[in-house]
Amino acid sequence: MSTVLKIILQRLALGVLTLFVVSILIFAAVNMLPGDFAQAILGQGATPDAVEAIRRDLGLDQPPVARYFQWLAGALQGDLGNSFAQANFASFVGADSGGNTASVATQIAPRFWNTMFLAGVTALIAVPFSVVLGILAALYRNSVFDKFTNIFTLSSISSPEFFLAYILILFLAVLNPWLPSLSNIYQGMGFGERLEKTLLPALTLTLVVTAHMMRMTRAAIINLLASPYIEMARLKGLSPMRVIVRHALPNALAPIINVIALNLAYLITGVVVVEVVFVYPGIGQLFVDSVKIRDIPVVQACCLIFAGAYILLNLTADIMSIISNPRLRHPK
Amino acid sequence: MSRLLTMKDVWIEGRSDESWNPIINGIDLHLDKGEVLGLIGESGAGKSTMGLAAMGFCRDGVRISKGSVEFEGIDLLKASAAKKRALLGKRIAYVAQSAAASFNPAHRIIDQHTEGPVQHGVMSKSESERDAMELYAKLRLPDPEQIGFRYPHQVSGGQLQRAMTAMAMSCRPDLIIFDEPTTALDVTTQIEVLASIRDIVEQFGTAAIYITHDLAVVAQMADRIKVLLKGDEVETADTRTMLSSPKEDYTKSLWAVRDFVRPAKPAVHTSATPVVSVQGVTAAYGKVDVLNEVSFDIHEGRTVAVVGESGSGKSTTARCITGLLPPRQGVIEFDGVALPADYRKRNKAQLRQAQMIYQMADTALNPRKTIGEIIGRPVEFYMGLKGREKRRRVEELLDEIELPADQYIDRLPSELSGGQKQRIGIARALAAEPKFIICDEVTSALDQLVAEGILKLLARLQDELHLSYMFITHDLATVKSIADEVVVMKDGEVVEQGPKAQMFQPPHHPYTDLLLSSVPEMDPDWLSTLLAERGIDNIGDAAVNKMSYNGTQSKGC
Repeated sequence: MSTVLKIILQRLALGVLTLFVVSILIFAAVNMLPGDFAQAILGQGATPDAVEAIRRDLGLDQPPVARYFQWLAGALQGDLGNSFAQANFASFVGADSGGNTASVATQIAPRFWNTMFLAGVTALIAVPFSVVLGILAALYRNSVFDKFTNIFTLSSISSPEFFLAYILILFLAVLNPWLPSLSNIYQGMGFGERLEKTLLPALTLTLVVTAHMMRMTRAAIINLLASPYIEMARLKGLSPMRVIVRHALPNALAPIINVIALNLAYLITGVVVVEVVFVYPGIGQLFVDSVKIRDIPVVQACCLIFAGAYILLNLTADIMSIISNPRLRHPK
Repeated sequence: MSRLLTMKDVWIEGRSDESWNPIINGIDLHLDKGEVLGLIGESGAGKSTMGLAAMGFCRDGVRISKGSVEFEGIDLLKASAAKKRALLGKRIAYVAQSAAASFNPAHRIIDQHTEGPVQHGVMSKSESERDAMELYAKLRLPDPEQIGFRYPHQVSGGQLQRAMTAMAMSCRPDLIIFDEPTTALDVTTQIEVLASIRDIVEQFGTAAIYITHDLAVVAQMADRIKVLLKGDEVETADTRTMLSSPKEDYTKSLWAVRDFVRPAKPAVHTSATPVVSVQGVTAAYGKVDVLNEVSFDIHEGRTVAVVGESGSGKSTTARCITGLLPPRQGVIEFDGVALPADYRKRNKAQLRQAQMIYQMADTALNPRKTIGEIIGRPVEFYMGLKGREKRRRVEELLDEIELPADQYIDRLPSELSGGQKQRIGIARALAAEPKFIICDEVTSALDQLVAEGILKLLARLQDELHLSYMFITHDLATVKSIADEVVVMKDGEVVEQGPKAQMFQPPHHPYTDLLLSSVPEMDPDWLSTLLAERGIDNIGDAAVNKMSYNGTQSKGC
């Protein structure tokens, strides 16, 4: 067990290092965006003095390296800074708006949990669905079922997300009014209602991510079917289903887990279009809006969350692949 | 005895390049209850295909195009998939060539053992577990109560092979197909597995088809022998009749292979400088020492055979000589001059002097390069020849290895047979014009007739070019035919060395003795006699282990 523990700790340390490097990249990239908040907010009426004043106010006049370390130090303590968009009006009007509403954390938190909820619901539907579909496709490979599954999942992944979303709205909300077409989630909503409103976007996303996971499950299993231990299992007179589920699947887990992790990361970071179609108040919309008005602290925080999600999920996938390997779990 | 299996006029085809090519051409086969049939032939003879067909099974891309396979009145080729599954594992079981590859790495051995009986409804899981432990004990596996609870990678190859035999026995089948079950094992382990298989087959009166390319092995196991050649039956007869008076020329030639013996050359003058001198080499992978104070000399025009089981350090010694693994201590001298330990620090002339030929010609040749390019590369690299000169040299080399240049120079490795690929490997080594060649198990993957051809070629080249060989092998028959001197290794140490004549004559170091007496002989009574001599607890593995406990009494010689 100690070797596994050692590998896991190594991966964790590497993950933290990656996150650090990514934070530098994020900071540099965001600061390279043309224009800045002061110019964006003042628009046509930007006098040099006013721009200068806002910059000074927000600390934008300091050198980038100093600002990076201030940001990093804050982020390490859980303080992601204050949103420019909220903060600047408060300070311009000279009134104290109660401080907290301006912090990036309070702005992102509800959106973040909404996104996690959507990703969670989607994952709960999509992962078992695609893995089972992949297993069945491998079992009945080259049959009509296999071909139909492939065509279906490939066409759904090849269609634009909004198109899928509108088709689902057409069939599940307009023609058959089963589900609401708008996902106006608000805080303090009951779980059942929330789930109902999340279902359509979750189904849309399921269609988007299924193909990848299903095809990897199918390919990873079929890849193993020529191996001697599968032949042995067949020659023991086991049923084809048992051969695949008990003998092939456990050895095909590593690549499947990795693809699942990639798709889960996508569910957290890449769902802006679906959020827009269903007016779902997730983190993606907030991110796009903040980029538009150069609200740098929010943009940075979103990027950091996205990077963190990617790193964490890939790390989990790595660790699970390691654990799924009996040679590492049970050393000689 | 009643008839168990009848295969009539079986034709099998394999798919390649969009067309079906014959693998088995109308073979009849029958087997009575409790009878053991040996199926022998070279690779490509269709032995394994025939064995699987006896179970009504074909690999992907293979089909039985004609004929019938009847198992106790059930036609396996016409039976439904479900009906066949009910027989497989329960009444007909299979033991594969490589147990390491045929056990599922994801599950414990005993779980794979009990799966068959439980799925077929023969026994409950706990009954089957208890039965497994009894079978393990019968097959003389160490710690039979516990060994099943390990994963396949935690158990040695010989033990796994026995566990697989136990698994085949789990439902007490009427018929077991053994597909080369000992080919991948060392001689000492092989004995252990052979004895176990024979015991258990006799005890339960199980019928068996025993597939192998090793005549001496089949002689120990089978009541009757069937010889196959390229999908055709050559002849069938009782084991004793077959051994004493084979009818067909092909069978006779198989029997004769082991007769190729090359007289040892006279001993070298003691003052002569050896071509290669390995002096007190100790080497390690990571922190584990795998070689301990290994010393031996190889003189000009001589062949030194390095023998021992897998893991004894033979190939590691070769890696030290070539500089791939710099030794922790000790020196490699070439013509009396010490070589830099790391190959990266050796110059071209030093690198040129020592070349290697590998066991698996398949993986040692780049599949995307033509034969001309493969041999041309060292010609250009070491000799600096280009263009027409290079081509002429490549043609010369192909001529040396007895392959017509105009036919072969533009082919890819995949268009050659195993023996031809190995010849290309030899030509590539010769291209550097070395004085010394390391042959690492170069004939192990080849059939006996082909292997003999390679050995003869190597012998001729040695005479013509005054080459020195270090011949790594675990096959003592090969040693007998080609070596001048022998070095016996065990656990990273040299336990005995000397001229061939001396090595094959007693008294031996106990380990050499064990190795020598473990090589199967054609005599069908060999195994029984040997087991009687050694005693039941003192065969193969057990003897090796016992010896290392007692310590090796006489190191070197």
